[in-house]
Amino acid sequence: MLVFGGIALIAAGMLFGDIFAVFVLHQNGGTTGRALLRAANAVAAQDSSEVKAAFAQMGTLLEDRGTKVDAHVHMIDAGYLALLLALVQPYVALSASSKKLLANLFLTGGLLLPVGIFLIHYVGLAYSPFPVIGWASVLADSAGALLIMVLLVEGWGFWKCLRDPRACPVEPELPKERTWERRVLLSGGTMLVLLGFIYGAWYAALNLYEHESREIVILKNILDQTSGRDRVAASVNAYGLLQAEKAVQIAAHSHIIEFGLLAILLSFIQPFILLGQKWRRRWVIILLAGSVILPIFVLLELKVGLVAGGIADVGGLLVIVALVGMLVGILRYTGHLDVDAEAGAMR
Amino acid sequence: MSAGGKLLILGGIALALLGMLYGLHYAVFVEHQTLDGMGGSLTTAFVQAADRDWKTSESALLAYRGTKYDYVRQVDLHSHWIGLAMLMIVLGVVFDEVTFGKRVRFAIALAMLVGSVMFPLGVILQTVRMAPLGSSLAIAGSALVIVALGATAVGFMRGPAS
Repeated sequence: MLVFGGIALIAAGMLFGDIFAVFVLHQNGGTTGRALLRAANAVAAQDSSEVKAAFAQMGTLLEDRGTKVDAHVHMIDAGYLALLLALVQPYVALSASSKKLLANLFLTGGLLLPVGIFLIHYVGLAYSPFPVIGWASVLADSAGALLIMVLLVEGWGFWKCLRDPRACPVEPELPKERTWERRVLLSGGTMLVLLGFIYGAWYAALNLYEHESREIVILKNILDQTSGRDRVAASVNAYGLLQAEKAVQIAAHSHIIEFGLLAILLSFIQPFILLGQKWRRRWVIILLAGSVILPIFVLLELKVGLVAGGIADVGGLLVIVALVGMLVGILRYTGHLDVDAEAGAMR
Repeated sequence: MSAGGKLLILGGIALALLGMLYGLHYAVFVEHQTLDGMGGSLTTAFVQAADRDWKTSESALLAYRGTKYDYVRQVDLHSHWIGLAMLMIVLGVVFDEVTFGKRVRFAIALAMLVGSVMFPLGVILQTVRMAPLGSSLAIAGSALVIVALGATAVGFMRGPAS
């Protein structure tokens, strides 16, 4: 249940991210830029009510974008956690019925959390008794609390198993054959995570503070009305470019690490993929190719333009296709390991 | 399961819980207020500029800068703790396949755990007027994680586990 639910959450989260990148992200950025220009022009016209209106529009646009990014991230992360929990189940000293209930609760929380986050923008503060927290936030926070509760109980079960191995349930461990697919996914995934970390460290050392300083300089230039209308427009454009620069660098960092984690996780479930060796290897190669293509072309988006953005989206699609391909293999598996274990127990 | 694997899994679960509890606390008690403060400061900077009150405008811009500086790091703490925790749990499950001796494996696991706690902790210390200590911890923590990950990757690439 956790393996299926986890992969389904990851695939759904990635598909949502791809749809968001194609249909919402750039349009949202363009509209936000125009709203900032509107605010800058209102400053020049000394119209403070127009400034407030422009900022209210920007707030709505940023909330729209932010909640969609968060829904995408949280759905994928809940999927990762579900897969992780599936892996540690043989070491969790709880009854089968408790584990099933916990799995149900976890997947419910993993689904409701991103749904709640997604709805924040649309539900707002309607009928809310709180001054700044709406019902959608309450739903998301409750789902987050549910995930924490399940993790606490699973952690307690794991601790019980470590302290007294006799308390551990008799469950077959995942097969640990060092096949080509497993080794490539393990080492490839770890390398992707490592690359992501090195890039992140480089970003934090060289770009983070420079971006923060540049943002304030640009905002001051926008507010400096002595520089003329064209300079103000150029500053608004520079602000948009800075936001894009930050976004692509952070996206490249986070995506390459997430794909690395996904590759490592998928290495565990390779024995459950009932496909010919050729197809198993093809899905591995396609997954790793997509995992490299997406972050590299996200980074190139500012230099090459929308073509790079399109290639990055194709990279994301490759990962989704590989994921669905593996999921089909798992569906075909039809519980061979369980049957073998039962037959072994009867002997 | 080896001691290194157990350390990574237990440490990872503890870190994930810590990250989630921090995230829950942050979402309920801090985030909305911070976002309101950030948006409010920037709006004030523009509104006061429209009213030609440059002094108030500039101080609002500085307030925006300060709030955003904290916000970015607070969100980073949450996401990095949980991200690192997940990585530790995943690697913990398969850590016996890292082809080094038990002691080296345990040292790698310990480095990853210490680095994973230190690095985001250093980031958050930068927001409470402990920037030099915070930066040192963040740099040392991320270096530990990178070295541990590099060693793990080499361990996976080498031949069968001993």
